[in-house]
Amino acid sequence: MNTMNPGISGETKVGGQSKAVPVPEDKPEATVIEEGKTVGKPFAQDPKFKLRNVSVSYGNDRAIKDISLDIGRNEVISFIGPSGCGKSTFLRCLNRMNDSIDICRVKGQLMLDDEDIYSSKRDVVELRARVGMVFQKPNPFPKSIYDNVAYGPKIHGLANRKSELDEIVENSLRKAGLWEEAKDRLDAVATGMSGGQQQRLCIARAIAVSPEVILMDEPCSALDPIATARVEELIADMSESYTIVIVTHSMQQAARVSNRTAYFHLGHLVEVNETNKVFTSPEHQLTESYITGRFG
Amino acid sequence: MSDQTTQAEIVRNSLKRRYRKERRFRLYGMLAIFIALGSLFVLFADIINKGHSGFIKTTITLDVTLDSEMMYLDDPRDEDQLSMADFVAPIIAALQEHVPEADSAAERRELGRLVGNYAASEVRNLLENNPDFLGTTQTMEFLAHDRVSTYVKHADDPSYSIKLSEQQQEWVDELVEKGVIDTSFNDVLFSRGDSREPSNAGILGAIVGSLLTMLVTLAIAFPVGIAAAVYLEEFAPQNKITDFIEVNINNLAAVPSIIFGLLGLAVFIGLFGMPRSVPVVGGMVLALMTLPTIIISSRAAIKSVPPSIREAAEGVGASKMQVVMHHVIPLAMPGMLTGSIIGMAQALGETAPLLLIGMVAFIVDVPDGFFDSATVLPVQIYLWASASEQGFVELASAGIMVLLTFMISMNALAIWLRKRLERRW
Repeated sequence: MNTMNPGISGETKVGGQSKAVPVPEDKPEATVIEEGKTVGKPFAQDPKFKLRNVSVSYGNDRAIKDISLDIGRNEVISFIGPSGCGKSTFLRCLNRMNDSIDICRVKGQLMLDDEDIYSSKRDVVELRARVGMVFQKPNPFPKSIYDNVAYGPKIHGLANRKSELDEIVENSLRKAGLWEEAKDRLDAVATGMSGGQQQRLCIARAIAVSPEVILMDEPCSALDPIATARVEELIADMSESYTIVIVTHSMQQAARVSNRTAYFHLGHLVEVNETNKVFTSPEHQLTESYITGRFG
Repeated sequence: MSDQTTQAEIVRNSLKRRYRKERRFRLYGMLAIFIALGSLFVLFADIINKGHSGFIKTTITLDVTLDSEMMYLDDPRDEDQLSMADFVAPIIAALQEHVPEADSAAERRELGRLVGNYAASEVRNLLENNPDFLGTTQTMEFLAHDRVSTYVKHADDPSYSIKLSEQQQEWVDELVEKGVIDTSFNDVLFSRGDSREPSNAGILGAIVGSLLTMLVTLAIAFPVGIAAAVYLEEFAPQNKITDFIEVNINNLAAVPSIIFGLLGLAVFIGLFGMPRSVPVVGGMVLALMTLPTIIISSRAAIKSVPPSIREAAEGVGASKMQVVMHHVIPLAMPGMLTGSIIGMAQALGETAPLLLIGMVAFIVDVPDGFFDSATVLPVQIYLWASASEQGFVELASAGIMVLLTFMISMNALAIWLRKRLERRW
């Protein structure tokens, strides 16, 4: 017992240090973050999203500090970074899910296909029909599987007849790889399914309104490895026809599914590059420290 | 090593203390529940003990000869004759057949007081409706006089005073033995309005009055309460005004109900000139009183809808209105209903505000509309409990049992609805 005590206190001390100064001790000079500066390749030709000088603040707290980034067409980009680095906040700006938070202020230019997302003329309902979202925790409506998928098309009036709606539901479930499991129990309550099935149902619900972009906020964090693998396969399949932005805590997942990876740190976008480059030869010291597991 | 043993001992010792504490705490809890259940049991036992006899009526069954000479009546179709005729005489004559020894004028008068005050008008009604019965003998069931009823039901109970003469007591004993006087289920209680005479008084008028009042309350308080809750929770901006409204709603929930009665008297009756004692005004007053309860519980129900469901709906592009109508309200409905039913149950048992708007009047007729004078169950109980005739005591207790039955069924309905509509996510 006595022998363990110094070890524990020593560790906490190191941990406390790394929290206070999130900088590896050996190369302090390379870890200075310059606001608004991102290393790597943040910009793309003919981007789907063109985001310039985006800042987000909650009251006096600045959660996102002057980020500029392009998200390409039919690209899978993953956002990684330690907890609280602002990656989810940034993701939620892309379809204005932050609107319901009163104290949240978004500054800068956010363009979807050269149209301003935050323009006062922009209808948020239409935006969300184009930019769908899948959440961290599977959140199916407590309704039948069919109703879950059919809800979006119904409220947007995408189907005029029952047969059209049936077709949309079937297609969406097929794309989400859920059709075989669900076709015999479309009337069953969705909340009775397993976690992985629920998450794929949520993906099916998102693609039922045929969006152009799908935002995924840690879609696999509540799933077991097998369900995670299925969702990742699904992302790979969907990448042909959708632009996908995925926030993840799993670096392996980012490495497996995404074309590009963006590393966030304390509200800064530190580095953006092709995924294999980020994971094999990161340019920024902070990125390296994070992917080698020195903090985060 | 030695360090560890001492630590283990310390832990063991403290464990003992902790378990003792836990046992003691559990004991307190059980004691509290025992006291609560015990008092409830005593209350119920007392009410049932006092009230069960209210559900029993005493009847006198007689073969009444409708003799025209005895009643001074030749033609039952003649209004003038009907109003002058003596309908007590044939009843006394019928009683005399069972008690032939009573033949003096005084004894006859005493005999006549065995049946209720409304017996004569029952004979009259029979003849008025069936003029052909004149001169025939009909078997009629009369309600016994209240004093007879008390004697039959409570002869052994010292808390009741028997107000029959010894002569009458003898006759009643004899008639009970012959089966002329009998007891049966008190259907009068459930089929008539109030009366001056306990044996003739019923609670139906109050039940119907309560029902009409509750309908008005529900029709006003439920939609208004839920609309207010949804607006405050989902649409209202967070600012000083909504804070002020919120604080005041919470305050209103704590306002004594008699204040709402005063308000009803001043505004609905005084200012708008609505009639007194009617279910509409009563319902409106109770709706005001119930509103805060419904709003508060509905807001709690709306708050408990998980944000993930809202996000899911917003994520596929539902508008604010669609999120609320398609998801939040259906999911909050069980909670809203439960709150509303409990609010209604509260309103059902409310007396004070209704006294002020005049629903305490003595009303014999069962009300037949929202604008007809009426009284309600708790007020009827109050009236009976404060009446001087001792027959009303058991009626008041019987009324309490009826009211409690309504309340328990409403609460059971609330629980059933909650269980039925509850969804898991």
